[in-house]
Amino acid sequence: MSSLATAPALLAAGNATAEHRPLIIGLFGAFVVATLAITVWAGRQTRSAADFYAGGGQFTGFQNGLAISGDYMSAASFLGISGAIALYGYDGFLYSIGFLVAWLVALLLVAEPLRNSGRFTMGDVLAYRMRQRPVRTAAGTSTIVVSIFYLLAQMAGAGVLVSLLLGITSDGGKVAIVALVGVLMIVYVTIGGMKGTTWVQMVKAVLLIAGTLLITFLILLKFDFNLSDLLGAAATHSGKGDAFLEPGLKYGLTETSKLDFLSLGIALVLGTAGLPHILIRFYTVPTAKAARKSVNWAIGIIGAFYLMTIVLGFGAAALLSPETITSSNKAGNTAAPLTALEVGGGADSTAGAILLAVISAVAFATILAVVAGLTLASSSSFAHDIYANVIKRGKATEKQEMRAARWSTVFIGIVSIALGALARDLNVAGLVALAFAVAASANLPTILYSLFWKRFTTQGALWSIYGGLVSSVVLVLFSPVVSGGPASMFKGVDFHWFPLENPGLVSIPLGFLLGWLGSILSKEEPDAGKYAELEVKSLTGIGTAAAVKH
Amino acid sequence: MATEAPPPPREGAGTDSGPARPTTEEFVEVQRSEEFGELRRTYRSFAFPLTVAFITWYLLYVLLSNYAGGFMGTRLFGNINVALVLGLGQFATTFLIAWLYSRHAALRLDPKGEAIKARMEGDA
Repeated sequence: MSSLATAPALLAAGNATAEHRPLIIGLFGAFVVATLAITVWAGRQTRSAADFYAGGGQFTGFQNGLAISGDYMSAASFLGISGAIALYGYDGFLYSIGFLVAWLVALLLVAEPLRNSGRFTMGDVLAYRMRQRPVRTAAGTSTIVVSIFYLLAQMAGAGVLVSLLLGITSDGGKVAIVALVGVLMIVYVTIGGMKGTTWVQMVKAVLLIAGTLLITFLILLKFDFNLSDLLGAAATHSGKGDAFLEPGLKYGLTETSKLDFLSLGIALVLGTAGLPHILIRFYTVPTAKAARKSVNWAIGIIGAFYLMTIVLGFGAAALLSPETITSSNKAGNTAAPLTALEVGGGADSTAGAILLAVISAVAFATILAVVAGLTLASSSSFAHDIYANVIKRGKATEKQEMRAARWSTVFIGIVSIALGALARDLNVAGLVALAFAVAASANLPTILYSLFWKRFTTQGALWSIYGGLVSSVVLVLFSPVVSGGPASMFKGVDFHWFPLENPGLVSIPLGFLLGWLGSILSKEEPDAGKYAELEVKSLTGIGTAAAVKH
Repeated sequence: MATEAPPPPREGAGTDSGPARPTTEEFVEVQRSEEFGELRRTYRSFAFPLTVAFITWYLLYVLLSNYAGGFMGTRLFGNINVALVLGLGQFATTFLIAWLYSRHAALRLDPKGEAIKARMEGDA
């Protein structure tokens, strides 16, 4: 990030922001104050475990759909996808398609049965008809691993963004920002619980959609609302011509990179329905019907958002030079804010600086809302699955369980501040794709088998969770993401033997295979009575009506 | 407001104090009933093939992007090529499938599920 100061465009952006720094800090501050107020208000209403874990379970389908969108449209989507389109054209757009289509898996197979058969965590459903302690331990482990990878990506994104905006380039300054994000997320979650987190996510979703809509409108205005002209200008300006509008610039280079793209595509489409911080959102509504409605809203909002990122990304390519896009961040993560600056009138204009500040504040809000959701997912799973059901063997009081949840939030917050400070220069996109791959390999097979296969056993569940988890993490460890590649975490060493950056192509089928194998090879008879309960509940919602206020 | 709530039950679900809770035997009986079998069939025969279909369509799109660059680059009008139209087509089919499933669920699944639920919670 030290090349930052040498880039002329960035200097211009830096000057523009230096002048308007009070405005930027003011906008950040306003968001922080508003969300803290919401958190304190929500905290007053958080009394029971159901309040803390599931926000009382009384949000409407629309509210939850908005919150799901707020939870899902991370900095990786907003900054990452528009940046990837700005740099690689069509290949950047491929990401957003996988992220969106994935919601159909959640809608058709997971959201409603999960709402009907669980209460607080993914482990509720996975362990329903299994031996509690081993399966809850596995579900908790997998939840925490997936969430930490996702958290790291958001933390690293916060560092990139703030160094652009506030001109903080010193290591100490960036660590301070990561620590600030971490402390805020601890406050949101420990005080506001799920209710506070949900409202923060809703506010953020509205801000993000409004901000993106504004920039999209301004870009289209420059091209008289002619998409074809916009694409043409992007192709010419990118210096790559027609190839910019066709697949292949990023992933079509070699046979290996093509396989890598296939692997990424599979991980994206199967990962969403296994992300714990998304799954627990289905518990915040009272019925399966409301869960369905919330996914439908989420599909509409997220779909519209990704359609706008197409304009944003190609707009960045059309309006900025490739050097400008890569100068502050090699992965293009700052393309969206820089485009905002440009459509507002450029670096010397007040309107441009204000737009830059607004978009950056929105991106900052995005990061805060997503990290809060992730922290809540991991601390819920620790407190409910591991502490209450494994350590205390189901004998913890509600008070003890909530205390454990709050302390684990603090602990996870501190761990992610430490890791985030170390990871601030890591490849953000790689970490997010890894989180999706682990979720698709370890969680999705186990969820689907649990819900739909009557012969699934405890051993099958353990094999699929640990098998998917270990294989995906190990493959990444020995992939070009970590060593031996052009953008590896460790430079100068090469211990990679797995050729692909994304492990999904191998680890997802392996997760499914191990779940099946573990079940047919186990001596234990599946619990037919428990499966009858789970299946009837999952399709009819018997016993869920009372997830109400205490 | 629960201060000293009783310990949660062993499994994750069903600490509700609302409607009467059916026993495991009753769940097994319902699971084997003709009525529930029909609900399961109505759900699975719609959701499972549709899932296979949209995943296949998505993979086809990914494979075309990977291995059929020439075809994907074919211009249709202006700067709009096949790749962009197919990509936007993925958005369109996602919206369409979400709508189709929700309509199916509201018309064919919800009434069946609610009937079973009402009876089990009523006479349990």
